[in-house]
Amino acid sequence: MSNMIHEVDIKIRVQSSDFDLAEEYARLRDVSDNPGAIVTFVGLVRDFADTSCDREQSLTLEHYPGMTENALTRIAERACQRWPLTACTVIHRVGKLLGSEQIVAVLVASGHRDAAFSGAEFIMDYLKTEAPFWKKQAVGEESEWVASKESDFQRASRWHESGD
Amino acid sequence: MLTIRYFASLRESLDCEEERVSLENTEVKTVNDLVLQLSSRGSPWDLLQDTRQVLVAVNQTICPRSQALHGDEEVAFFPPMTGG
Repeated sequence: MSNMIHEVDIKIRVQSSDFDLAEEYARLRDVSDNPGAIVTFVGLVRDFADTSCDREQSLTLEHYPGMTENALTRIAERACQRWPLTACTVIHRVGKLLGSEQIVAVLVASGHRDAAFSGAEFIMDYLKTEAPFWKKQAVGEESEWVASKESDFQRASRWHESGD
Repeated sequence: MLTIRYFASLRESLDCEEERVSLENTEVKTVNDLVLQLSSRGSPWDLLQDTRQVLVAVNQTICPRSQALHGDEEVAFFPPMTGG
């Protein structure tokens, strides 16, 4: 690992409560040394059933406490090794979420936009395939586990990390 | 003692969240050996043999089934992740 990594402000949070993007952006801007670009990504709960039905739709996220935080930290560190990022925040919610609620946020600061865009995309792609979260979707009383998607693995593999 | 944890759909299928297993007096030396031993309980434990649908972590790091076990690890079995 390069020394650079230890200077990067990496913040990882796994929580049931919602987050405030403006607050997170302000914090990242504050801790970054001369950021020329900040990319923010937020993932939201989509409707997955017929919206005309009046039954409640929800998503429940389970995770593996301990491993989740470690996996997210390692993904962020790999992004920092690959691009000159100055700060990075990853927030992922767990527990029960309703339609249109925020699930995940990735904020990346860098000197230039290319690194910030790529870093944020890299972190999201690996978060989906390597961080131990599982979604269960429910409509009314019926619920089922969400199946993993081959396209998510393909997205992550396009970064072609050597020696990883 | 080995601590074994199960998550998500696998936890529900097995109706088991966590268990403690001793490797003393067994021939279990790898994750794969452990899977064979657990599978010998019969259905639904044979689900663990599905290498595409069941991933393994030892001490909270994803690993291949050839991973050696000494008997004091935390082993976790779970389906492919679906976060984000």
